[in-house]
Amino acid sequence: MSDAVASISKESWDKDILQSQDVIMVDFWAVWCSPCKMISPIVEELAKDYEGKAKFFKINTDENPDLASRYKIRGIPTLMFFKKGQLVDQVVGVVPKTQLKEKLDSLLE
Amino acid sequence: MLFDVIIIGGGPAGLTAGLYTSRARLKTLLIEKGLIGGQVTTTEFIENYPGFEDGISGTELTGRMEKQALKFGLEINQGTVQKISLSGNIKKITLEGNQEHEAKSIILCTGAHPKPLGVEGEDKYRGKGVSYCATCDGAFFKGETVAVIGGGNSAVEEAVFLTKFAELVYIIHRRNQLRADKIAQELAFSNPKIKFIWSTVVKKIEGEESVKSVQIRNIKTNEESSLDVHGVFIYIGYNPNTEFIKDTVKLDESNYIISDGNMSTSVPGIFTAGDVRAGSQKQIAVAVGDGATAGISAGKYIEKNF
Repeated sequence: MSDAVASISKESWDKDILQSQDVIMVDFWAVWCSPCKMISPIVEELAKDYEGKAKFFKINTDENPDLASRYKIRGIPTLMFFKKGQLVDQVVGVVPKTQLKEKLDSLLE
Repeated sequence: MLFDVIIIGGGPAGLTAGLYTSRARLKTLLIEKGLIGGQVTTTEFIENYPGFEDGISGTELTGRMEKQALKFGLEINQGTVQKISLSGNIKKITLEGNQEHEAKSIILCTGAHPKPLGVEGEDKYRGKGVSYCATCDGAFFKGETVAVIGGGNSAVEEAVFLTKFAELVYIIHRRNQLRADKIAQELAFSNPKIKFIWSTVVKKIEGEESVKSVQIRNIKTNEESSLDVHGVFIYIGYNPNTEFIKDTVKLDESNYIISDGNMSTSVPGIFTAGDVRAGSQKQIAVAVGDGATAGISAGKYIEKNF
């Protein structure tokens, strides 16, 4: 089911996120985090809804502790929004899909 | 569509009720707004559920309950119920997005959610050091100092769990003794990474980008001080998820659903089970027992009234 949201790692972070001009949403998650399992299907749906408009990635914080500490992550799921390589917004915890859509829509304007 | 039974909430109570009604060949729909398994899924290890002598994880236990109920025909839908309306014997459920379902009987198993402390800084630093789920967020506090607020089972067990990551864990409790099970207390008292701060309440959570400290006050001496911590894990109890049914069934003064020994609520044909029920001990084993009772009661009600 995870076709629409590609996994990303430290190695490709700079290229795929920071050097990209696109609107990007990144889902920080881990296998042991049950709220992450609630948000990941929503991210999948958004990836399909916004196909061609925004990009979606997920990153496993266990496998990428450097990135988790670089962005001072203190809780997951954390969803980060990037535009033109800049971190512009961030949400922690399970939030309704509508709220995420609003954020994406305003970034795409 | 008309169901025999609609169950709202997919934790252990709801899944057990669904198992019983499905096996009774009652057409049953379970509606869950978040994750099947409910609060239990955030518990890493459950040692007091009978039948699993080596313990079992919350996700595995509820995953098995779900499979078992599905095997007997339970239908499960994702959705958030907004209201229940009654017309004669039939109960109508309206979901977010205006989808509707009807049922002869309803079982409310909506559970509870962690109670917030209600102090300055709590909302501001949520996800930036303030957490209600140690199993979710504990790993981000490797080598750091954290505080756990509360003195019940959740607080004490999660404090012990947090010592896997944190260098030092303070348990800040407003009383001068713990409420947790003796076995949980023993584990905490013998853990060198746990320090207790008794008779103390948190007044304020402070920080910059993320949490840096908490302002605390000793309620006996009224002495105030600041404690350097990077994380604050709040386990001071629960609030029931009853907002959408407060005008439908009778609640007690803390908003839990009032029921009798058959799990009947104030409305005929509406039953309840699990943590949302007034007087529940908030244990998985109790929720499962409630769920079985509610399932059987719903069956009897339908047989008598339809």
